[in-house]
Amino acid sequence: MKKSTLIVLKSLTWIACLWPFAVLAWGAVNNTLGADPTAHIELTTGYTTLMLLTITLAITPVRRLLPSLSWLIKFRRLLGLFAFFYATVHMLAYVGLYAGFSVQAMLDDIAKRRFITMGVTAYLLLVPLALTSTNWAIRKLGGKNWNRLHKLAYVATVCGIIHYWWQVKTGVLLPLPFTVAVTVLLLARPVLNWRQRRKARPVTV
Amino acid sequence: DTKLQTVKSPLSTTGEQLTSLEDITHYNNYYEFGVEKDMPAKNAGVLPTRPWTVSVDGLVKKPKTYDIDALLKFRPLEDRVYRHRCVEAWSMVIPWVGYSLSEFIKDCEPLSTAKYVQFLTFYDKKIDKWGTSETSIFWPYSEGLRMDEAMNPLTLLTFGLYGDVLPNQNGAPVRIVVPWKYGFKSAKSIVKVRFVDKQPETTWQQQNAHEYGFYSNVNPSVDHPRWSQKTERRIGLPFYAQRRTTLMFNGYGEQVASMYNGMDLRRYY
Repeated sequence: MKKSTLIVLKSLTWIACLWPFAVLAWGAVNNTLGADPTAHIELTTGYTTLMLLTITLAITPVRRLLPSLSWLIKFRRLLGLFAFFYATVHMLAYVGLYAGFSVQAMLDDIAKRRFITMGVTAYLLLVPLALTSTNWAIRKLGGKNWNRLHKLAYVATVCGIIHYWWQVKTGVLLPLPFTVAVTVLLLARPVLNWRQRRKARPVTV
Repeated sequence: DTKLQTVKSPLSTTGEQLTSLEDITHYNNYYEFGVEKDMPAKNAGVLPTRPWTVSVDGLVKKPKTYDIDALLKFRPLEDRVYRHRCVEAWSMVIPWVGYSLSEFIKDCEPLSTAKYVQFLTFYDKKIDKWGTSETSIFWPYSEGLRMDEAMNPLTLLTFGLYGDVLPNQNGAPVRIVVPWKYGFKSAKSIVKVRFVDKQPETTWQQQNAHEYGFYSNVNPSVDHPRWSQKTERRIGLPFYAQRRTTLMFNGYGEQVASMYNGMDLRRYY
């Protein structure tokens, strides 16, 4: 890919990733976030986090199926860091708008409410990934260790989806599309490995 | 003309700023018409509100069927402002129009063996199709009250809001409003009222009895398993001004607390 094309695509990715936040910030300033702005902020940031995590998980299987798209890897770090950014805003909105900055309220929630425990777990799993996203960290850890560590993205995404299921009322199926997408993306990995092994096997007559 | 002729009511709540008509009619839980808050406003137009009858059966002198237009004229319609507290921890202040359910119940002539009253919501899977595509809930929606709760003058048989007939998404053409209980107790678009001797099975109890009890009185000291009920978010205010303290019985304790004397409200949540 030409350097100029890459710059254009990266700029577009930045704009797309910042868009939900810009819309929220604009709405918050002008009080146009709808009837329940607190819930709107929390839902939008949570949804965007899951959306970005799902996209990052799609990059590897897509590259393996379509080698011509292998340049997509250049976008994964950016998307992953934006997922962390939205998760952080989601967390801060909880701390300020739901728990009212009360440490006691937060400890109560974490101890008593499994959907919050699961949400906090998902967030804490993303922290080491964000911290080791620099080239320096990759060099320091070595590619193999870095890859192993970043498998935590799978666990964090699954935790995020469980958090979503536990948050909605029993009988409400809103988290279903994410659940299906992530299940497919996670199963795609062993399936693609198996296909590759079969191809690599020498043909015996 | 959709305007209703109304009279003032001494049971109306004072000193609260009303939630806007726009928010009351575009932020709804009415899962038969979609699970997201803005969907009932978009989808509930297909609900056929005329002709409409409410049938009464169970433990009554004799079963009856009431036509909606007769019900509208049965007693003077009162303007009643009530706080409305959803179990999801948001709240509104709504100027409803209706008369006390007790007036209607007296006309139903329930037998002395009737201990509870059950309300069933209109359901037709071709019309309320979002109820089956977006949830795994068993329809029709069922709710119920103990007889003394149903007879409490605050319990409102409701036909309108803001002086106008109810928009479909708010439970047209007739619904119940029980202001000291979480919103889901206030069944919408009622087609059947049944008097029974045992506590009726309700939709949300059937879905998750651990989270939604039969009584579901607004109570800041009994948490929902998934969130605290100590505070609530008032709809329509900016995000930094929404949070407020939740009042016991939603602020209607003076009129209703005595009905629960001696009851452990932690157990009967």
